[in-house]
Amino acid sequence: MDVVTHRPLAGQRQTAALASRADRIREHIVAMCAGVEGGHMGGSLSVVEVLTALYFAVMRVDPRRPDDPARDIFLLSKGHAAIGLYATLAEAGYFDAAELAGFGTVGSRLMAHPVRTVPGVEMPTGSLGHGLALGAGFALGARLRGRDRRAFVVLGDGELQEGSVWEGAMGAAALGLDNLVAVVDRNGLQITGDTERICALEPLADRWRSFGWSVRECPGHDLDALVEALGSAPWQPGRPSVVIARTTKGAGVPFAEGKAQGHYMKVSPRQQAQARVAIARAASVRAALEAVDA
Amino acid sequence: MPEPAPANRPTRNAYRDRLVALLPQHPGLVCLDTDTGLFTGVDFGPAADRYINLGIAESNLMGMAAGLAASGFQPFVNTMATFAATRAVEAVKIDIAYNALPVRIMATHGGLSAGHFGPTHHSLEDLAVMRALPNMTVVVPADAAATEVAVEESLDLPSPLYLRLGRKATPPLPPAAEPPRIGVAQVLRSGRDVLLVCCGPHPVLAALAAADRLAGAGVAAAVLNMHTLKPLDAERLCAYAAGVPLVVTVEEHWRSGGLGGAVAETLAEQGPARVLRIGVADVFATVVGGHDALVTHYGITADAIFTRVLDGLDPHTPATRRDETNVDRMP
Repeated sequence: MDVVTHRPLAGQRQTAALASRADRIREHIVAMCAGVEGGHMGGSLSVVEVLTALYFAVMRVDPRRPDDPARDIFLLSKGHAAIGLYATLAEAGYFDAAELAGFGTVGSRLMAHPVRTVPGVEMPTGSLGHGLALGAGFALGARLRGRDRRAFVVLGDGELQEGSVWEGAMGAAALGLDNLVAVVDRNGLQITGDTERICALEPLADRWRSFGWSVRECPGHDLDALVEALGSAPWQPGRPSVVIARTTKGAGVPFAEGKAQGHYMKVSPRQQAQARVAIARAASVRAALEAVDA
Repeated sequence: MPEPAPANRPTRNAYRDRLVALLPQHPGLVCLDTDTGLFTGVDFGPAADRYINLGIAESNLMGMAAGLAASGFQPFVNTMATFAATRAVEAVKIDIAYNALPVRIMATHGGLSAGHFGPTHHSLEDLAVMRALPNMTVVVPADAAATEVAVEESLDLPSPLYLRLGRKATPPLPPAAEPPRIGVAQVLRSGRDVLLVCCGPHPVLAALAAADRLAGAGVAAAVLNMHTLKPLDAERLCAYAAGVPLVVTVEEHWRSGGLGGAVAETLAEQGPARVLRIGVADVFATVVGGHDALVTHYGITADAIFTRVLDGLDPHTPATRRDETNVDRMP
């Protein structure tokens, strides 16, 4: 059985710092969608807090040593949220944030789906349904080497319609890989609309539980809740863990929020300005409330 | 006292026994199985924790192997050829080949070797599929000894390998002047009238037997065992094809995209030569039978090669005319 050290939980000050990180990641995402190609905005914005919690509070990673053999592994199985990952990696210091401006253009490393040439990217993803098996491979490797190392895999909810997800889920549970942690970005929307109308996923928690996973549901934009849930996994020895993060597609950007059309967007200069204002306003509300609480 | 001649042996058993012997000495090796049954009763000894039966889940197999390989392991993954090359091909392409990870895909039941299991289990597309993938090395050993060599050589290969294996026992090749080496075409016979390029147990043995018969008819046939389809040994292929009026490929694969495709592509660009391709017609097998019966039915035989070579060398007076592309539609 792997012994996984629990990460320190976030205090209020840490949460404020994390929230500021999330704001900057959001701004980077919107800026990349304002580039020549546009980008997968909705599903990138919905995982901002998940990525922030993982990279800045939960995972044992060192941006100066992206090949450290002891590092935790992150896999973005919903690879179309690459701009969210790139923004997070740049914010964490894996590479210069100035590089984000080149997203999707000739001469850039940044494709619309993650590539390993980008520091911090472990595996190329984007064809849906690959992440769990990859994560299980890393988790099994850690176990065979006796390493205290976790693999975190972020899945889209629409992605769960791929059969290979459940092949991976069954396999990881059969091996008792409790150093494997999945997060489902449960924003409820896929390209053409509501997941439940297209190919229903509910009862989602029961489905994971029936596959042998330890399940927690969590408000997906609540940094404290995410840090606690992800940081304390595994919650049951011998079982892989899944956080079903209740999120909003396009979260934090009013013209994309809760809209399936925000899946892929080319953002106009006017929209980018609107997004900046919305992100800044949310930050000032947060600061005001923190001041009251303090 | 002369060494006793090696017995007929399935290439998959040769691989298995070699791997089982190597596992304890090489802590980076992992054997991932999909409940194939190939390892039933095997004692892995101190390496027991590195044999893992994942259940019947080939996509999961390939993805997990990629994760392990990216963690510094060399996984040997086990499934049937057609499941590796068709069911799980996306994981092979993206997770393994794209990342150039050292996963060894041990693909049993290659070609028609699944026999009466039928087209659901035949693998007549795998070489075309695997050879289309960048970074992939594709090898078809012709006998048990060559299989063992390929398994040993793979330990030093930094990138993925597809090894096509059989099911039932097949005969050993006659002794050759040079041992098989991954990436190097093995010269089994020299001749200036026709070049036979072949891979896999049945095609190579049929080509050698055909070469004997052709010699009797006054035709000197060279035989190249092109066990490595990728990277193809273009240098040796072109050298042996130079000045030869006819090149005939022989493989246990549909005629599209496999060895015949690789040889035709190479010679079309680098060494003009007429190429005839012998392989399975463009049909799903409709006949029932064992491996040998199917191989015979689909014309991967010394007889068929002999006839095709004579036809090919003298197209105006064919010894017999048989359109192998319509073999199943003939009365």
